[in-house]
Order: sequence, then structure tokens, then C-alpha cells
Amino acid sequence: MAQQTTLPPAEQPAPAAEARPRPATDVAGLGRGRAAAFVGPAMVLIAVFLVFPALWTLYIGITNYRLTGVQARVPEIVGFDNYADALGDPTFHNALFLTLVFVLFSAVLGQNLLGFALARSLATLRPVLRRVVESLVLLAWIIPGSIVAFLWLALLDRDAGTLNALLQTPGLAWLIDYPLVSIIVFNIWRGTAFSMLLYSAALASVPPSQLETARLVGASRWQTLRDVVFPHIRGHVLTNTLLISLWTFNDFTPFLITAGGPNDRTEILPVYIYNTAISGGQMGYGAAVSLIMLVINLIIALFYIRLLRERR
Amino acid sequence: MTPRDFVGRIGFYVLIGLVTAFFALPMLWLVGTPFDEQPGLALSVPDPTLGNFSELLDNRFALPSLLNSVLLALGTAVLVVAFAATAAYSLSRVRIPGRDVLLYLLLLLSSIVTGTAAMVPIFLLMFELGLIDSRVGVVLVLSGGLLPAAIFILKDFMDSVPKSYEESARVFGASAFQILRDVVVPVIRPGLATIAVWTIVNVWGNFLVPFILLRDADKQPAAVLMRTFYTEGGAPNLALISTFSLLFSIPVVVMYLFVNRKYGFRFYGGIKS
Amino acid sequence: MTRIARIIAIMTGLALVATGCLGQSDEEPSDTQRGAEATEVTLTIAANAVSGGKNAEEADWIENYVIPTFVEQQQADGVDVTVEFQSSGVDDEDYKSKIALDLRTGSGADIVSLDGIWVGEFAEAGYILPLTEVVGDSVEDWDGWEQIPDAVQANMAFNDERYGVPAGSDGRVLFFNKDLFAQAGLPADWQPASWEEILDAGRALQGISGVTPIQLNAGTAMGEATTMQGVLPLLVGTGQRIYDEDAGTWQGNTQNVRDVLTFYQRVYGEGLGDPTLQQEAQGRDKSFAEFAAGTIGILMEGDYFWRSVIEPTAGVAPMPTRDEVVGYTKLPAMTPGSGLDGQDFVSMSGGGGWVLNPATEFPQQAWELLTFMNSAEATTELVAGGARLTQREDVNDEILADDPMLSFIAEEVVPLSAYRPGLAVYPQISVALQQATLDVVTGMPPDEAAAKYQEAVEAALGGADDIASD
Repeated sequence: MAQQTTLPPAEQPAPAAEARPRPATDVAGLGRGRAAAFVGPAMVLIAVFLVFPALWTLYIGITNYRLTGVQARVPEIVGFDNYADALGDPTFHNALFLTLVFVLFSAVLGQNLLGFALARSLATLRPVLRRVVESLVLLAWIIPGSIVAFLWLALLDRDAGTLNALLQTPGLAWLIDYPLVSIIVFNIWRGTAFSMLLYSAALASVPPSQLETARLVGASRWQTLRDVVFPHIRGHVLTNTLLISLWTFNDFTPFLITAGGPNDRTEILPVYIYNTAISGGQMGYGAAVSLIMLVINLIIALFYIRLLRERR
Repeated sequence: MTPRDFVGRIGFYVLIGLVTAFFALPMLWLVGTPFDEQPGLALSVPDPTLGNFSELLDNRFALPSLLNSVLLALGTAVLVVAFAATAAYSLSRVRIPGRDVLLYLLLLLSSIVTGTAAMVPIFLLMFELGLIDSRVGVVLVLSGGLLPAAIFILKDFMDSVPKSYEESARVFGASAFQILRDVVVPVIRPGLATIAVWTIVNVWGNFLVPFILLRDADKQPAAVLMRTFYTEGGAPNLALISTFSLLFSIPVVVMYLFVNRKYGFRFYGGIKS
Repeated sequence: MTRIARIIAIMTGLALVATGCLGQSDEEPSDTQRGAEATEVTLTIAANAVSGGKNAEEADWIENYVIPTFVEQQQADGVDVTVEFQSSGVDDEDYKSKIALDLRTGSGADIVSLDGIWVGEFAEAGYILPLTEVVGDSVEDWDGWEQIPDAVQANMAFNDERYGVPAGSDGRVLFFNKDLFAQAGLPADWQPASWEEILDAGRALQGISGVTPIQLNAGTAMGEATTMQGVLPLLVGTGQRIYDEDAGTWQGNTQNVRDVLTFYQRVYGEGLGDPTLQQEAQGRDKSFAEFAAGTIGILMEGDYFWRSVIEPTAGVAPMPTRDEVVGYTKLPAMTPGSGLDGQDFVSMSGGGGWVLNPATEFPQQAWELLTFMNSAEATTELVAGGARLTQREDVNDEILADDPMLSFIAEEVVPLSAYRPGLAVYPQISVALQQATLDVVTGMPPDEAAAKYQEAVEAALGGADDIASD
């Protein structure tokens, strides 16, 4: 089976699709009308409740619009001033760098690898044990951010924290001395569940017969992983990495734990937007930085797609 | 079992134990604090009391807000799973030029709409549509934001369903919808279950959208109520917060266990290629 | 072109059209007497209060007293009134966004609770109007005005026009732990006359192990608490407000700002304060817990700290021995007479109030409800559950007689108090001040931090025109 999560589609030239779909590309016999009817409801919802406000937000990005004050009544078009301000702001550069580090270590490596390892190894555990571990991992993901913040503050508190009590390191201020590491570990804890779920579901689609064959020919665990499992789930790996990177890039929860501090050392981009734009009601500036983030995400996505396609 | 396997197995369990501890450790606070009369950030073995629970239940919004969360979460999950499944199926089977670019752009746009900067357009849009103070409005906005990622994920699952299944179903004269329902959906059930859980989790924790769009306090979900347990100066009431957190988490865990039991995230067999 | 691409193209067009709605046009002045004769009236009150949560007393007061009593009174007059309460009880910034959106669309509640600091920016945005424009000149005739001190009224005014009725006041003082003071040989009736004497007391407390002598809020993690319970009260002690309304200038890199930052440097540089605490996300809550546990000597806070934080039973950091152990005293100016208007002692005040939605269908009835809510009778009822400072002097005289702390605030502190400027750019200035204190706490010399602050203010205002510096 060929994985088709490619961008742009590499296989058929466009005219083939312009013609009436042939059985080779339309095995379900959907036809144009029904295909559109199937896509329609989702696209209408997305168009009205996502694309429309998103484009509007992008427009706000070229104004000096504020939620209150004179600029709320008569916003002016300021063109690319907001973009120039952001790109020229050293605090923004700092935030961008921190975000890239944060995404790389906590999502791309941390959540991805741990999620995959859990998905693969939990299958071999006894059901009771498996359910316990799964529930715990999941719980970390479903407890809302405002509560999670308290859990981690209680864990890492310098005076009364659980970790200091366990490690016999009283008074060690993890969030002040190791702020970035703390929020990276936090985000691994927080988000691994999604990767675990997705990989569990993906691994289920690997035909058992092929795994059996690999076992019979005496393939090592690593060889099985590389030659049997990975080709089947490559598309899922790409999707998962894309999604968790995107979400981590936009994650505001670390703010609740470190407030971007100490002295901006954990001021990742969403926190930067909050601190510089939203708390002052500067919607225009906030929207502009959002678009810059979108473009950076696009670049990251193209990078992933390239990486995973070359290995095909 | 060779000694090497044995050592490997022990190592495996130690690792699982460590990972479990890593995930469990922060949650200890949530287990003890709701029963503590004087809760703080310190982890302590409390002199158990149910006082915090009775104080919480005195809040007339507490239990209804959980019901509101269930309504919003289930409503959104139904919309997202149904629409994402049909859309992903169609996009997977019929080739449209620029399909993947489009999908990815939508995904990126969805990250903009979750931000505070987008709240002004969303509010004004819903105001013009007359959907302020309406649960339906909240469900629609949340669905719009979640659909691109859901379609994105489901398309992978759709792509991995062997087309031979559908071809044989067609031979027997099944309609497109029947094929989707009876052939494709059973195969990608784990994917659908993942999407459902993911949607519920996202809605469950969402504060800003319901808060901005709903007016009547009796319609507000639990994530909004959670933000009210603070003093006028912004200091948290840890007793109520921890207790409500516990109640707040239970429905989602139950939903997960239910979905897991009924639809099973592990699905073996069926696929032979 | 596919269907999807077409949809997107259409939506783009729509978005461009919709952007026309971003700004607001000035509306025609409407008839203040509209709906005045109606016999069926529906009014809605919105406040950042919720039963069982934030500001619960206020929510319960509205639901259990204001609404039934007012409805009954109106029924006696033959008017069928329905009053609804839209409760929120969330973070102030979130509440502000929500009511801003309501007001800009001409929807929302008829009577809206607003923090005094937002009045200016809401007025500038055209979201609210002076009371005389909404209701008419009859507003001036309300007998409640003479009970509300001018300074408190000014908190809900902008450009010398009343936009709302204030709903209380507060003041900032120094709280101190008398037990620790006794151990350090300091008097229980401590009243420093200058900043130097605060430092002296701190040094005396330094000898007690496990005690942080002074908690002076600093840094960005504490947010507005740094500005309102730190920088600004000190700044008025040097004789300057952060924004000089007459000159139209903000304080930049001035001697006054440098003096304040130097005070920070001395507190944290001499080890009289805990610099780590200032950088923690929950630092303020921890400082409350530490004060309640008796490990902080001196702490600057509003009377809210006394009423809801260390309150012996219901506080978030309850202190059973509060009444015996905790002392409070006025904040001195830098040196005697150096404060605002030559004052020896200074303070900052805040507080909220009620405004009328200009789009209300029933301006007269809404005003009637608003004056009822601010009558002596209703105000007394509001504070029945626990004393706090009200906007009305007649009520304060009566209910605060048994409460020495609140009488102290009402009689000695509020008259000395200054208020923050209610301008939309203020939050950015506030963040710049917080960053300057953080820089000093983490070791930057005050001069350098003040110069950096000046740059931040220039960026916020888009130039140095409206900045005072020397």
C-alpha cells in the first residue's frame, strides 16, 4: 500500500483527475457529486467558522486595532509595521529560539519517541497493567491546563515540592534554575498521550502476517521495526510529528507554570504574544505575530515532508 | 526463556515502572489535596475530610456545569467524527489537485483561530449569526477549529484501508455510503475512536470559546467554572480547585474507558494484504 | 478551480467586506426617555462575580437582595420588571474582553460592572458614554453623589465626566508581623517616616533565621501586583504620578523612577527580600502563605489582603491570630514631605463601579436600578456579610465603626491616595515598570534599568514626545 500523505501529490498528472474519475482512483465509485457531498459538510463548517475568522484575523494583523481605546473605534491600517516591529524585536528572536528548542525536545523527540515506545510496549503487558499505565498517561493529557499547572507547581515547588522531598534536595528552585528543561519535561508529560493513542491505532494496522513472517526469518527487533513496521506507519509518523509540533508551537500552558520567566527564559512564542500583545489589548500586533508563527510552522512542515519522503 | 531474555524482561518492567512513576507523580497532589482541610502546594497526607466536597456541592453551578461540558463535548465529537470521516474518505478516494496543500493550510489556520487575537472576529461572526449564548454556536466554532486536524489524521487511516475491500463490496451492489459505513468504518475504528477522544479532550479543557460566546451562567461548562474559584485579587482557592479538578477529570476518564472497551484502540485482523 | 478553492475565494471576499465592521461609527445621540413609560421591563446586570466563586458576596447580594427587592418596589408602582443577573467570576482580563465585545456590538447587559482603570479606554473606544448622555441631566440630582468622596467618584470618571457610579474603594498599606517585630526589638505601633526607616526595620528583622524581612512585589510574574503594590505607591512617595494628566506626560527615565528602582536595589541587594520568590509564577500566592505562616516581616498590600487573604476563617491563607499579630501602618513618602502634593504618607487606590450600557432599551429604569443598588440601604446590605470599604461615607461611618482596620483605611489612607491612569496604553507601561524592577532584582544597576525602561515606554508610545525624563 502506498502512503499518500504527500504534499504536493506526486503521482498522477492533474488531467487524470479532471476527467471523470476512473475505477483506479475511485474504487468506491463515489463520483464527483457524492465525493463533494461527503466533503461538503466539513468544508462548510471549516469555511464559515475557521477560514473566515482566520482571514479576518490576518487582516487585523495589518491594523493597529485594539480591544479598547481610540484604536478600537477607528483602527488604522498600518501595513507591515506590526511585522517589522516583531521581526526587529530581540525579545521576539529570543522567543522564537526558545520555541524551536521547546518543540524539538518536547514534541519531536520527547512525545514522539515516548508515545511510540508506549504504544508498542504496552501491547505486550497484561491488560490490567496496560489499562493503568494508559489511563495515567491519558489523564495527564485530559486534565485541563489550569489544573495541570497546579500539579506541576506542587511537584516542583522549591519549599514544599514533591520532587525535592523525593530527591532530598530541599530549596532547589527547579523552575528558576532549570526553567526550560522543566517545561520541556512538563510538555512531554502533558502531550505524550496523543502520540501513544495515534501510534497504538496505527500499529494496529500493521498486518500481523507480516510481523509473523519477520519473526520466522529471525529478524531482530530493530530490523522488524525498520523494515516491517515503519513502512506501514510512515504516514502516521509524519502526521503525528506535524500535529504535535504545531500544537506545541502554539501551547500556552507553560505560562501557567513559569509565567515566561525567570526573565524571559521560558518566554516561548505564545507567551510572547500574550505578554506583548494580548495583555495590552493590541490585537493587531498579536494577529501579526500569529501569522509569522504560521509561516514558521509551514517551513517546519515542508522540512518534515521532505525528510520522510526521501526515505521512501 | 534465556537468561538474557529474562534480564531484558526485568529491564523492561523497570522502565515501565519508571515511566508510570513519571506520569503518576504529579497527580499525587490531585489525590490528596481534595481531602485536605488546609490545602497548599505541599504534598501532605491529610487528615481526611469530605468538607471540600460538600462545600463544592453547595455551589449550584458545579454539577450542571459538568453536564454542560458533556453536552458540548459529545455534540462536538459527533460532528467532528461524522464530518471528518466522510470528508477524509472522499479526499482519500477521489483525487483533487492541491488536496494536501489545502488540508495543511487549513490545519495551520486552525492554530490561528485558537488564539485570543481571533476572538474578536469569532465573536462578531457569531453575533451576526445570532448564535451568542447558544450551545450550538459553541459546538460549531469548536468543530470548525478541530475538523482540519481530524480530517488530516483520518485520511491516513482511510489511505491504509485496502481498496480491494471496497471493490468487492461494489461488485455486490453496495452504495457509497454503505461501503463507508459497513466496510471502511469497521476497519478504521481505532482511528475514529482516537479522533473522538481527542475531540472530547479538546472541548473539555476549552475555556475561552464557551466563555466568550455564552452569556447565561447556567450554560457554562466546567472549564469556565473552574476559573471562578479565585478571590477578587486572583489568589486561588485550592480547596475548591483541587476538589473540582478531581470531579472534572472523572467523566473524561470514564468516557475514555468506555470508548476503549467498546471500540478498542487495538484492532487486529481483518487486514490481509 | 475546485469547489473548495471557490469557497475560500468567496470567504476571502467576505472577510474583506467584514473588516469594515472592525471600527465603529459614532452613533446618533438617542432619546434618553425611550422606554420610560413601559410597564413591562427587562433589565440585566453583568458583574465579574459568581455565586460560590469569585466575589460570591456580590453575586449573592444581587440575586438574593437587589433583584427581589427592586422587583417588589417596581410592582408596587405598577411596573412589571424582570431583572436578570449575568454572572462571570473569572480573571479580570477575560471578563474585560467579554464585556468589551458585548458593548461594541450594542448588546450585553444594561448595567455592567467595570474596573475603574478600564473607564478611560472603554470611553475612548465609544463603548460607554457619560451618564448624562445615557440618562439625561436628572443624573445630577441623585442624592447619593454627596455621600461619595470626589476622589472615589473620579475613579469612575474620564475627562471630568461621570461614566458610572463607583462601588467601593480600597487603599494600600504596610502590613507587618508584630511577633517578629517584638523578637527584633521593634515597636508594635511601628510607623516608619521614610523609606530609610523601612530598610532599618528590615535589617533588624534580618537577624531572625528563616524570616524574609520585606516582601516588596517585583518582576513580571507578579503582573499588575508589582505595579500596584510596589512601584506606583513608591513612585507617589517621590512626588510623581506615573502619568501627569495636566502635562500629558508619562514618567520615563526620571530621578523619581531611579529613586524607586534604587529602593528595590537596596531591599534585594542587601538580602532583605527574597529575589527568587519574585520570579516564581505563583510567587504572590506563596508570599501570602509565607506571611500567614509568620515568615515574612513586612508586606505591602491592599486592605483586600486583610479581608480575604489572611482572614482568620475564610481567607485563602487564613491566619487565626490575625487580629493580635498583624499590624498595619501607612506607607511613608521617600522622606517626610516628599510625597505627592507634599504629603508625608502616600497610597494608591483602585476599585470598580457600575456603568450603564448606552444601548439599553430602558435608560430611565436602568438608572433607577443603579441608584437603588447604590442606595445606603442596599450598600449596607452588601457588606453585611463582611465589612469592607464602600463608596458611601454614610454607610462607612456606620458599618466600619467596629472595624479598626477598615476605619483606618477609610479615614487615614483613602484621603492620601492616588489612582492609576485609565488609558489603553497603561498596561504596556505597567509591564515596562515590572520588567525594570525584575532587572534590578536580578542585579542590573538602577540607572541601567531605568534607561531600558525609557526605551520600552518609547516603544509603547511610539516616540518620546509624551515622556518626562531627566
